[in-house]
Amino acid sequence: MTTVTTAPPATRTGGEAPAPAPRRRRGSWLTPLVIHTLLIAGAAAMIYPLLWMIASSFREPHEVFTESGLIPSGFRFENYVDGWTGLTYDFSRFYLNSFLISTLAVIGNLTACSMAAYGFARIRFRFRGFWFAIMLLTLMLPIHVLILPQYVIFQRIGWVDTFLPLTVPHFLAIDAFFIFLMVQFIRGIPTELDDAARIDGCGHIQIYLRIILPLMKPALITTAIFTFIWSWDNFFAQVIFINSPRNFTVPLALRSFLDQQADSAWPLLFAMATLALVPIFTIFLVLQRYLTTGIATTGLKG
Amino acid sequence: MVTETRPPGPVDRAEERARAARMRRARRRERRPVFLFMGPWFFGLFALTAGPILASLYFSFTDYNLLGSPSWSGLDNYAGLLDDVHYRNSLRVTFIYVVVSVPLATAAALLVAVMLSGNRRGIGVYRSTYYLPSLLGGSVAIAVLWRQIFGAEGLVNQVLAATGLDRVIALVFDVEPGTSWIGNPKYALNTLIILNIWQFGAPMVIFLAGIKQIPQDLLESAAVDGAGRVQRFFRVTMPLLSPLIFFNLVLGMISAFKAFTPAFVVSGGRGGPADSTLFYTLHLYATAFRFRDMGAASAMAWIMLVIIAVFTAGMFLTARYWVYYGDQVKLR
Repeated sequence: MTTVTTAPPATRTGGEAPAPAPRRRRGSWLTPLVIHTLLIAGAAAMIYPLLWMIASSFREPHEVFTESGLIPSGFRFENYVDGWTGLTYDFSRFYLNSFLISTLAVIGNLTACSMAAYGFARIRFRFRGFWFAIMLLTLMLPIHVLILPQYVIFQRIGWVDTFLPLTVPHFLAIDAFFIFLMVQFIRGIPTELDDAARIDGCGHIQIYLRIILPLMKPALITTAIFTFIWSWDNFFAQVIFINSPRNFTVPLALRSFLDQQADSAWPLLFAMATLALVPIFTIFLVLQRYLTTGIATTGLKG
Repeated sequence: MVTETRPPGPVDRAEERARAARMRRARRRERRPVFLFMGPWFFGLFALTAGPILASLYFSFTDYNLLGSPSWSGLDNYAGLLDDVHYRNSLRVTFIYVVVSVPLATAAALLVAVMLSGNRRGIGVYRSTYYLPSLLGGSVAIAVLWRQIFGAEGLVNQVLAATGLDRVIALVFDVEPGTSWIGNPKYALNTLIILNIWQFGAPMVIFLAGIKQIPQDLLESAAVDGAGRVQRFFRVTMPLLSPLIFFNLVLGMISAFKAFTPAFVVSGGRGGPADSTLFYTLHLYATAFRFRDMGAASAMAWIMLVIIAVFTAGMFLTARYWVYYGDQVKLR
C-alpha cells in the first residue's frame, strides 16, 4: 500500500509531498550559508594584508605601527611622490627598465618558441624524437645548475650589468616549457590545413606564418602573459646579472629601497610596493580568463 | 601489346631520373627550413644549457673564484659542504619549508576548491580573490609587506594587541608580547611558510578544473546510496582528484625547493636570524656571488639537482599506492 510506505517521510518533513528519497536531511539549507560565511571570511583574511598595505601607503609614518584598520585618517599622496623619487634614480627609470626587459622577453619567447615548436610538430628531420626528448629534459633542469656558467660566459663577453642576459636567452628559445605548450597545441591543428596550403604552393615558412601562427593565438596569449609575469618577477636572475642602480628593475629598486630606508619610510615603501603590483594586477584584471584557463590546462604556477 | 607494355626506353629513364631529382630537391627544400626554425633553439641548447650544465659539473670539482681559471680540486667542494654548518642549516631550513608548506598549501587548495564547487553563486569572485595572492606572492613587493606584517610593530602584533590576544599568544608560543616574528629564529621560517600557504590559489584553480570533470552521476549515485557530504568527498572526489593532488604536490615541492625571493628580501639577503631563513638557493647565491666560490656553489647546484630528482622519483614511486587513474578499475 502506498500510504504505508510514504507515511514516515511525510510526517518527518511536515506533510509535504512524498519526498523522492530521504536525501535532504534536516538543516541542509544551513550548509550553503555556513560555506559562504567561511569562504567570505577566508577571502577577507587573505586579501586584508594587501588592502592594509594600500591603506598604509597613504598614512603618516607613525600610523603604520598603530593603525591596523583600513580607513585612513587622511590621504597623503606625497608618499607616492616622495617614494617615486626616493632613490638615486626615479622609479620612472626602473619601470622603463622592467618594461623593456619583460617586453623583449615576451617578443623573444613568442618568436623563438613558436618557431621551434613548429619545427618539432611539423617538420620531419633527423633525430627529431631525440631532440624532442632533450628539450623535455631541459624543461626539468633547475636554473641553478646553469646560471653560474652562464654568468661566467656573460661576464667574458661583457654582458653583465646590461639587459642582454635577461632578454637574449629568450630569443634562443630557452624556455622549453613554452615550446612544449606550443607543440602540444600545434599537434591539435589538423594537418589537412597544411596540405591544402602546400598544394597552393606554400612552403614551411608560409604555412608557419599564415596557417599555424594565426591558429595558435590562445597558446601565444598564454605564453605572452606568463613570460611577462615571470620575467617581471624574475628577481633571482635580476639580482645576479644587474648591479648598478642605473639598470635596476622595479623589484631590485624596491629591495634596495627597503635596505636603505629606516622605519620612518614605510608609507613610501608601501606606496612603491603597491605600484609595483599594478602591472601584474592589471594583467590579472584584463586577462583573467586566459590566466585561469592557462593554469587549469597546463598547470602553470602564477 | 607492344604499346601498352613499352619496355623502358631511354626517354622514360631520363624522365624518371628528372622526376627523382625533382623529388629530392623538393624534399631538401622541405628540410632546409629546419635550420631556420630550429636554429635559435639549437644554439640556445648548446650555448646556454648543454655547455653550462657540463661546465657547472666541471666547476664543482674545481677551485674557482671567477678571477683566475678553475683549478682541479677533486671532491674538495663536496667534502667542504659536509663540514659547512651553514650548508647543513640551509638544507634543514629548506627541507622544513618544503615538507610543511607544500602539503598544507595543497590541502588548503583542495578544501577551498571543494567548498567552491558546491556553490555556483559568486564562484567567479571567490576564485579570483583566492587566486590573486598566488599571482602576486612571488614578488619583492609582497616580501616587503611580509617583513612589516610580522615585524615587532607589524600588523599581526597590532591586531593581537587590539584583540587582547597578545598575552595568550605570547604564552602559547613562549615569546615576549610584541616580539618580532621575523626577528625570532624560532618563528622566522614560519612566516615564510605562511607566505607560501597564502599562495594556494594556483593549485586551487587546477583542482577546480578537475572537479568540473568529475561525472555528476557518480556523486549522485553515491548520494542515493546514502553517502553524506564528507563520505562523498573522501570516497568519490578525492580518489578522482588524486592525479591532480599528486601533480600539485610534485610541482609545489619543486618550486618550494627553488624559492628565493621571500627569504632574500625578508632577511636582507643574509638568511638570518641565526640561519633560520637561509634557503638553499640563498646560500647558493651567497656562496657564488658574495664569497666568490664558484666551485662550491656549483657543487651545491648539482646536489640540488640530485635532491630534486630523487624527491620527484620518490613521489612517483609512492604514487602507485595512492594515485588513482581511471583505467585501473572499471567504473561502470
